[in-house]
Amino acid sequence: MTRTEIKIGGFGGQGVILSGYIIGRAAAIYDGKHATMIQAFGPEARGSACSAQIVVSSEPIAYPYITTPSIMIVMSQEAYTKFSPELAEGGILITEEELVKPHNLRKDLTHFSIPATRFAEELGRKMVLNIVMMGFLTAVTDIVAGAI
Amino acid sequence: MKADPKGVMAGAFFIDGDHACAEGAIAAGCRFVAGYPITPSTEVVERIAERFPLIGGMFIQMEDEIASSIAIQGAVWGGKKAMTVTSGPGFSLMMEHIGLAAMTETPCVFVDVQRGGPSTGLPTLPGQGDMMQARWGSHGDYGIIALCPNSPQESFDLTIKAFNLAEQYRIPVLLMLDECVGHMTERVVVPPAEEIEITPRRYWEGPKEGFLLFKAAPDRVPPMVKAGDGFNVHVTGLTHDERGYPVMTAPAQEKLVRRLVDKIRLNSEAIIEYREDQTAGADIVIVSYGITSRVAIPAIEQARREGAKVGHLRLITAWPFPAKRIRELSGHVSCFVVPEINYGQMVREVERCVAGRTRVERVSHGGGSVHNPKDIYAKIMSCGKEERR
Repeated sequence: MTRTEIKIGGFGGQGVILSGYIIGRAAAIYDGKHATMIQAFGPEARGSACSAQIVVSSEPIAYPYITTPSIMIVMSQEAYTKFSPELAEGGILITEEELVKPHNLRKDLTHFSIPATRFAEELGRKMVLNIVMMGFLTAVTDIVAGAI
Repeated sequence: MKADPKGVMAGAFFIDGDHACAEGAIAAGCRFVAGYPITPSTEVVERIAERFPLIGGMFIQMEDEIASSIAIQGAVWGGKKAMTVTSGPGFSLMMEHIGLAAMTETPCVFVDVQRGGPSTGLPTLPGQGDMMQARWGSHGDYGIIALCPNSPQESFDLTIKAFNLAEQYRIPVLLMLDECVGHMTERVVVPPAEEIEITPRRYWEGPKEGFLLFKAAPDRVPPMVKAGDGFNVHVTGLTHDERGYPVMTAPAQEKLVRRLVDKIRLNSEAIIEYREDQTAGADIVIVSYGITSRVAIPAIEQARREGAKVGHLRLITAWPFPAKRIRELSGHVSCFVVPEINYGQMVREVERCVAGRTRVERVSHGGGSVHNPKDIYAKIMSCGKEERR
């Protein structure tokens, strides 16, 4: 593996940055890879557009920003509209089923629609939707080893 | 001496540059932090506030940055290692007390996690517009040291270095992060305490009789004492003699302020640190620092693939500036390219050192994001073209 770029987008408060942190930490601390995580958010504590950029690589990472992510997780309609055009040809797109309506979905993408908020509610805590998403990401990609 | 193991959280972590800075300060022996939390530096003091109660440190959330920057100096004269943490708007308020720390030779660390300015500007977005303020922000003449990490690991390492340099030269040291380095998360390895070298305070060990608080050693740095140890010292921002008493005359000013300037200027070769990559034989050299040094790398690599002979000099100490090395390089380099997230600050230093011998090109960016590497690449290639003409 050389360089894999991942983008996560959603609202402040959904756990977007924590998700990025978990992927990066799994790769950098437990998987013996290099990883960087860049966060972008507005001044508001909740509800602003929020995103995380993660690079995972077998080599040291000089440039920590992403240009063409091959994996994208979006948890808001705004993030879908804004970010999905950036996805690499043939990339993996994971959306939150009830929060994102994937209009004009690109044909080249592998798309998974996950009712993460509903699963999280069934688990007893709505706020763990990001962790449901992380579990799904681990299942459908090889970005981190399944078992640590 | 080695670091106090109580403060060193040895191991490998996935943390951001702000948290790494907090860990570096704790490892360096810092046990007093006063601050008025401000984005994008808040995470530094959040971690300090969480960690200090467990290791016997004291964090105070002050009423403002002016009070923060003076509280740390009181703590230093009381025997602690201390720092304050801020971003642009707070850094502006702290300028007077950076001058006080320089004048009273109070070893302390000021952390500025730079955001877009001027004024409150862009709270959550990057800038590198405080670089000249770091050098010249307080009135009067004094020497200063400013360090520029480009990763969370370096944020940890250089925070320790900042504390060590502060003690060695008895000056305020400025740690100039930017929002990107502060908020970027990466693997950081904290070594065990016995591998971390700490510069202890230069306490006077001789008799009390005849002790002079501002009588300098041959390296121009005077010894220190601690409040409460019975030395009855006088510490003032006024121009003072070797006893510390105010003497407001031209000869006293010349003796004191020349030493404050010279102790950094004449020790600059020992202080200056930078990294070079393929500068030998380069036609074009990129001079960069902080996050921009990483953003420049894809541009440099692309230009090299197309045959351009491009070198890279990354500043680790912005101040003192590696003037001698830039002069040497200007002998064979046809163009320096200086990308920075401001409209031209450190580039002025490059221009000053080059003194018209060769071209110096800016790649300016007002802040709010990092450069697009394509803009740096385009500037490199345009230099190359004019050279071939």
